Amino acid sequence: MTKAAPTMQRDGAFRKPVHFHLSSDRGWKQRFHLAWTDLREGMHLWRLIAVLGFLDIKLRYRGSALGPFWLTISMGVQVAAMAFIYADLFHTDIHSYLPFLSLSLIAWNYLNALVTDGCACFIESDTVIKGMRMPFTVHAARGIVRNTIILGHNIVIIIAVFAIMGIHQSLYSLMAVPAFALWLVDAFAFSLLFGALCARFRDVPQIISAVMQIAFFVTPVMWNSTILTGHRDALFLIRFNPFYYLFEILRAPLLGTPLTVTIWAWALIISGLLILFSWIAFARTRGRIAFWV
Amino acid sequence: MDRLCANARPDRLLGLNTMANLTASNVTISFPLYHSDSRSLKKTILGQASARFGRDTSNRPVVQALQDISFSLNSGDRLGLIGSNGSGKTTLLRVLSGIYQPTGGVLSAEGRLTALLDPGQGMNHQLTGRENIRLRGLYLGLSPSETLGLIKDVEDFSELGHFLDLPVRNYSSGMTIRLAFAMATAFPPEILLMDEWILAGDAVFMEKAKKRVEGMVRHADILVLASHSPSILVEWCNRLLWIENGQIKGDGHPMDILERYLPPSAFRELAKLDPVP
Repeated sequence: MTKAAPTMQRDGAFRKPVHFHLSSDRGWKQRFHLAWTDLREGMHLWRLIAVLGFLDIKLRYRGSALGPFWLTISMGVQVAAMAFIYADLFHTDIHSYLPFLSLSLIAWNYLNALVTDGCACFIESDTVIKGMRMPFTVHAARGIVRNTIILGHNIVIIIAVFAIMGIHQSLYSLMAVPAFALWLVDAFAFSLLFGALCARFRDVPQIISAVMQIAFFVTPVMWNSTILTGHRDALFLIRFNPFYYLFEILRAPLLGTPLTVTIWAWALIISGLLILFSWIAFARTRGRIAFWV
Repeated sequence: MDRLCANARPDRLLGLNTMANLTASNVTISFPLYHSDSRSLKKTILGQASARFGRDTSNRPVVQALQDISFSLNSGDRLGLIGSNGSGKTTLLRVLSGIYQPTGGVLSAEGRLTALLDPGQGMNHQLTGRENIRLRGLYLGLSPSETLGLIKDVEDFSELGHFLDLPVRNYSSGMTIRLAFAMATAFPPEILLMDEWILAGDAVFMEKAKKRVEGMVRHADILVLASHSPSILVEWCNRLLWIENGQIKGDGHPMDILERYLPPSAFRELAKLDPVP
């Protein structure tokens, strides 16, 4: 068997598949095959995904002098204002609270945007979905690129705060890299799952946004999980909170606070379940999304 | 083994895939009709609950958009789709371009396929014409150097000149169509699917577009065109598919089908303009 894929022309003008065969739903084997093809074709279009993500930002701020740095400014103001108020309320030292809060708020902002945009990823791309044959994974990945660019603008604040407050980074900080990679994979899986679900049931985006609002308060974003020690009943807030584990693996290495294997294990288990479930759901719904949007 | 043989075909090796084919066998599309209220989670959950009580279970209204559509197109075929509004022409084009997965039947396409379903498709109206061409290059998965070729070709064909550097939202509808058509046919697709909006171009452009499509078809390609204009269909197509209520009502030579489709007076008018050879 030669290695050259018969559906791809390397020399021609088009690298799009020149052959496709589309039959009615024939069970799980076909569904997983189509889902896999979708993913593979989508990843071939990585350059398109990157440009679409950049364009979303560029067009949103076209004509604005500061452009996406408005996000940095508003986030910076929010972090500064909240840090002083809450440091006082929680009776904590501003020198340790400000770095904690800036990192937490920006990470939460990113997570919240990934969730919200993940829900809308297919609904918002309806004209493209109905206009041309395009892997659905492209629409899911586009929002992740867009929000990661926004995160890039906000990271400036974290760097500034860490520099001013003298938070030193060590080799341990590198543990945040695999955590961030896990976030990206989870966001992609979430978008495929909830993008389809929200396209089918238009109530789901509202439910998700309500859930995210509550999750912001019950997850240790503004407050440190250590304040729960002694409150045995309140510990369930973090024990059964998937956001807590995903948050800790990213935040702890950067703040230099210790991280247990259990937390990473739970983060991996949660992610594994999410990926498995979303892959099955994507295989099941892929052929119907075009009818739903 | 089949795969190996297919790989070894000389035209494949040269990248000259000369045999285009588009086959639909018993394609059926039933369109779920989710009204703003029947689409909600509440209705589905309650609907299932009430089903247990023996109430009406069919809370999923469905429209049979297409029923048992079968045809096969080979290189050189120019198929016209005709039928009243809502007969399923656009849905069929969407199925043929691989957007809708059929709910019944099989569709297979062999050849580079481009679908011109709506003029603004894949275009961002905030971006300039040139930026849109570059974006199209990415949609097609072109390399940067191939994209330069695409820009050059579209520049020449669309004749939009300096307008290419203005945002598309400032274009007239005719100009948008020029750009869309030029982009879709720049690297001639082997299968071109077009909806009727293409008829909004001016006469000069229409002539140019027709020449380009004719050139394409001469190179053994396939065209599928949905339209309400009998004269356009007679001019562009050599086969006509009459769809009514999602079913094929007629399939054959354009004049034969139009004789049955058009009111007699309109057909006499058309036959006068374009006598059957």
